[in-house]
Amino acid sequence: MSIQLAIAVTQLVSRRRPTLVSLVGIALGVAFFLAVSSLMRGSEQDFIKRLIDNSPHITVSDEYRNPEKQPAWQQWPNGAVEIRRVKPLTEVRGIRGHIQKLAFIESLPGLRAAPVLVGSVVLTFAGRIEGVTLNGMVPDKMKGVSTIEEKLIHGSLDALAANPNGIVIGDGLAKKFGLEMGSVVNASSPGGEVRTLKVVGVFRTGNANYDESQTFVLLKRAQGLLDRANRVNRFILQLDDPYAAREVAAVIEQQGGYKAVSWQEAAEDIMSVLLVRNLIMYSVVSAILVVASFGIYNTISTIVMEKIHDIAILISMGFHARDIRHIFLAEGLILGILGSLMGVTFGIGLMWLLTQVEIKPPGATDIVHLPIYWGWEQYLLAASFALISAVGAAYLPARKAGRVQPVMILRGMA
Amino acid sequence: MNPVLAAERLGRILPGEAPVTLVRDIDLKVERGEFLAIMGPSGSGKSSLLYLLGLLDTPTSGRVLLEGRDTSGYGEDELAATRLRHLGFVFQFHFLLAEFTVLDNVQLPMRRLGALSEEAAQQRAQQLLDQFGLSEHGHKHPHQLSGGQRQRVAIARALANEPPIILADEPTGNLDSHASANVRQILHDLTRAMGKTVIVVTHDPSFASAADRRIGIVDGQIDPDWRA
Repeated sequence: MSIQLAIAVTQLVSRRRPTLVSLVGIALGVAFFLAVSSLMRGSEQDFIKRLIDNSPHITVSDEYRNPEKQPAWQQWPNGAVEIRRVKPLTEVRGIRGHIQKLAFIESLPGLRAAPVLVGSVVLTFAGRIEGVTLNGMVPDKMKGVSTIEEKLIHGSLDALAANPNGIVIGDGLAKKFGLEMGSVVNASSPGGEVRTLKVVGVFRTGNANYDESQTFVLLKRAQGLLDRANRVNRFILQLDDPYAAREVAAVIEQQGGYKAVSWQEAAEDIMSVLLVRNLIMYSVVSAILVVASFGIYNTISTIVMEKIHDIAILISMGFHARDIRHIFLAEGLILGILGSLMGVTFGIGLMWLLTQVEIKPPGATDIVHLPIYWGWEQYLLAASFALISAVGAAYLPARKAGRVQPVMILRGMA
Repeated sequence: MNPVLAAERLGRILPGEAPVTLVRDIDLKVERGEFLAIMGPSGSGKSSLLYLLGLLDTPTSGRVLLEGRDTSGYGEDELAATRLRHLGFVFQFHFLLAEFTVLDNVQLPMRRLGALSEEAAQQRAQQLLDQFGLSEHGHKHPHQLSGGQRQRVAIARALANEPPIILADEPTGNLDSHASANVRQILHDLTRAMGKTVIVVTHDPSFASAADRRIGIVDGQIDPDWRA
């Protein structure tokens, strides 16, 4: 052990109380850092999990990120002559060649896809009229990509598969229209098609807007109603690894040409809110550590003041100002390391205690546990921040100690 | 032969609104193995002169030559290294590190220099303690020793790196007459038995008879007519 380190350790050990107090300060700071960080990151993950579970991981729609050029422009991209009044090509909306495109998507590993035709219809029942979104889908495929079946409170998707004139509606819409299982409603499309549909299922997601505006029918029925035979305008994808959505979406978009939106892209605003929330949280908990490091500053400053004669004698003996600084920086480092170790231990205990907390949200029947994140990087973050604060706090007194003029001290004593 | 330590027109002025002259125009040569007593009334500047000779303080004029080498251009590194190898200090108050044992205190300069292994340093520290009749006290802490014993530990520490020059500032100022005589004898023996050069700043008139040479400092200057 170097003599500087030996002196640092001896000085700390001989001042047990202040050393212990500053250690506890850092340890508490690290522990609270970890508790708050694990809780915030845990709730963030919980939130993202809900987000991922309740929305498609990737949605491929019949839109282009950059609209396709008109045929005349494609033919003569840099023509010297401008052709005016060219009639734009009108195409039937939908994903062209959707069967091949779906086959390609399904050939990618680790995902499930379902074709959907989404359109607007007007539901009429007993004099009430309401515009709703009609989702035409294939029940067997839909089960693989959506949690809608779990949300059904009456009926089933199989019942829909068995009944070409069936419709599944939301709880909110059912209440609004006074519909029950087996009730019959009229659906009319913007093109004038009218069908009579029978309620074979009712779902409740908890999202009032969704429950009032979304309806599900078979794909064939939707294609007929919306007069878009053999068309779909959306693929809904669910991935085994939701975090790969961005890359997979890019592959699909490049291959198929149509816009493929990952959940990350769709929830970009929420993700950035979460990022800002983390930044705020980490600034606040880091501030705790900065405050705790004042304890170290105080302890080491006191040692420097008390030991000013020792410093003078060490310098007269031939110690360099740098050696003196190293002694006190080493004290800060030792306090930082020990404090971090104590703090991480204490913090893990605190996190465990938090997992034991049971809460019952108002209106819910289930007991909920606090979501706690156990990721290793937060220990690293807490410990390194504690170390930096501790050494930073030791720096000022260490610099002061290095500037001691032995003659001034010796004169004062003599 | 070169004097081991020499001062040439050495001056030290404390700057400030009213500058204070501590030492002025001192010329001094100290020979190897000499036992020199610097005497004078309180505040005459004798301690300031010792700090300048010991490279603890920087002169505002003149220079200090150590074994013929001019030290005036030395940077902080060289000054510290020179103090470590060539100079040993003993002060009025022992200034031992309270948390360390007597043996550890004596080893401090050796461990800083790092020339000896830990075992060798410990062995040498024990030899020094033996030499000053402190064989039994190595594992005690300074507060467990008497004033005279502590001062002997301080002398042992000053000798740790075998410096040719020992500088002592009122080494007996805080001791009773018996302990004073003991410390005085030890310092005297260092010059005779070990060939060290010892410069002592003291009030104690009994040093006057023991020293090879006495100089008196009055108002920061050597007073040729000074008598103890």
